[in-house]
Amino acid sequence: MTINIENEKQQDTAAEVESSRRNFIFGSVAAAGLSVAPGVMLYQTANARSLSDFSLKDGASSKVRWGMLVDTSKQVDWNKCVEACNKEHGLGNETNSRDDQKTQYIRVVDVTNKGTGHSMSLPVMCQHCENAPCVDVCPTGASMKRADGIVLVDRHRCIGCRYCMMACPYKARSFVHEVLTDQTENTPRGKGCVESCNMCVNRIDNGQEPACVEASDGAIVFGDLNDPNSTISTLLKEHGGKQIRADLKLNPGVHYQGI
Amino acid sequence: MKKLHFLEVEGNTKGFYTFLGLFGLISVIGMLAAYYMEHNGHWVTGMNNQIIWGTPHVFAIFLIVAASGALNVASISSVFAKTAYKPLARLSGMLALALLSGGLMVLLLDLGRPDRLIVAMTKFNFVSIFTWNIFLYTGFMGIVGIYLWTMMDRPYNNLTKKAGMAAFIWRLVLTTGTGSIFGFLIAREAYDSALLAPMFIIMSFSFGLAFFMLVLIGSYKYTQRDLGDYIVNRLKNLLGVFVAAVLYFVLVYHVTNLYSADHRGITAFILTDGGIYTFLFWVVQIVLGSLVPLGLLYGPTGNNRTMIGLASVLIIIGGMAQLYVIIIGGQAYPMHLFPGMEVSSSFYDGVVASYSPSLPEVLLGLGGFGVTLLLVTVAVAALKFLPASLADAVADPHSK
Repeated sequence: MTINIENEKQQDTAAEVESSRRNFIFGSVAAAGLSVAPGVMLYQTANARSLSDFSLKDGASSKVRWGMLVDTSKQVDWNKCVEACNKEHGLGNETNSRDDQKTQYIRVVDVTNKGTGHSMSLPVMCQHCENAPCVDVCPTGASMKRADGIVLVDRHRCIGCRYCMMACPYKARSFVHEVLTDQTENTPRGKGCVESCNMCVNRIDNGQEPACVEASDGAIVFGDLNDPNSTISTLLKEHGGKQIRADLKLNPGVHYQGI
Repeated sequence: MKKLHFLEVEGNTKGFYTFLGLFGLISVIGMLAAYYMEHNGHWVTGMNNQIIWGTPHVFAIFLIVAASGALNVASISSVFAKTAYKPLARLSGMLALALLSGGLMVLLLDLGRPDRLIVAMTKFNFVSIFTWNIFLYTGFMGIVGIYLWTMMDRPYNNLTKKAGMAAFIWRLVLTTGTGSIFGFLIAREAYDSALLAPMFIIMSFSFGLAFFMLVLIGSYKYTQRDLGDYIVNRLKNLLGVFVAAVLYFVLVYHVTNLYSADHRGITAFILTDGGIYTFLFWVVQIVLGSLVPLGLLYGPTGNNRTMIGLASVLIIIGGMAQLYVIIIGGQAYPMHLFPGMEVSSSFYDGVVASYSPSLPEVLLGLGGFGVTLLLVTVAVAALKFLPASLADAVADPHSK
């Protein structure tokens, strides 16, 4: 009996501790929220157009040009971006295709300078070119560029001619070589069509960042290249950035630092 | 020159049905192969995300290029007023249509979604050279159809020259369009050359005439009609000139590529260290497909029909090898994301892509030839395409 009373006392004390801990967390979160909120407000005011300002109901606007800035100097496991992309779009569900037939929206490329021996790794996906060759060559207009600069494939219009794959200098596109099942709701992939990174257009339209950006531990910055006050524009202005094969004058929306 | 008399090939013979059955069978096998590939998806082929266009494209583009070339004989007759070629103009026009049909069939059946053909016919992107080609191909069918009509319907004979001129201009634009499919691909070194479009035109002359020669010699042999040396020798001399002209363009193409440092890689790949592509280039395209036919056509065997036929077959095989090297070799050579750097990835960056043609791909391609020959067989029996005789007394304008 004594033991039981003792136990009850202990339980009461534990409940009090739990309760005060909960209050502390709540309080802290509330305090943090209160102190951060004005900052967020200020940030949003400074960034006249932030991601949350755009949603599907507004439609894509040519006032915006979505882009990404990849900092290759950051020690990041880029494979986490690949995994996030695969999960988001339901990739890797081929059962018959050979490895060289399987879809990859984003891949990790290892680059070595033969002269100096310097090497680095970087993620390469659709570069969302302003002058996209894939859009130019597509006979049906299935390969298209949205007003906000996102290049994607209309899978109801694609006839599977693969001319866009021939034209893409970045090898960013894949062809679906087999019948697929269990596709994700937002990425309706199907046999006989070409596909590629669509900058997670479904997430952007819902006010979220692309999956690879989220998984990159800050090494990939996503934002509006047209907005001089956006983080991506500020970073590019301050530190510069390079585009892969800039010599082709396609003006990709994906920029890199450290290449 | 005696009056020309055109006559249908007798359809109710064992020989006719044999050819009909043979070409029909090849066509059906080709279509079954296409069904197999479409049903399963392209994983059953040798194609992948690196070699995007495979063997069916080699066949399709060969047939389409040969189609415009097959029209040459008619053009020489109508546009350049060479009466010696007039008896062959109808066959030339018909063969052009048959070759184009075969080629387009292969091209369409290799699409990822051939069931969406209606989309391709209703939704256009006029910036795309592919869209232009859709109009060029259908327009070619229409114009050559009208051209044939003016040739075969006496009241409209006076329009033949005008229709022939229109068809001639159209076919030049068409082959420029086909060549430009590759010329517009900025990132692929093999195709980054303005020479491709004119080279495709001269290739069409050569492949189209080689095919024409085979159909001409074959059909006259099996129908036991007279085919004199006059017309055959004129055509085979012309064929030799075209083969030499293709060689010239190939030479200039590679020499100009060697001149610019950023194209030396692909040129070295094709000419020296490309494995199968180097073999196909030197052994099949250059030696078997060009030099040997030139020897056969201009050497002591120049008057031998079998040897002229053999030369034509070799030119066709050489032409297929040439397109294989251009189309597949050009894709196998890696694109340079970072020029001058060593690159590797899980997506086969920086390495020569591997490709081995699968049986269904080859069967679909052969099906294109089957459809072409099936159409020719039916056409020569249904309508008056072939002169009853092409003996020298009929064909030679100077013959008395």
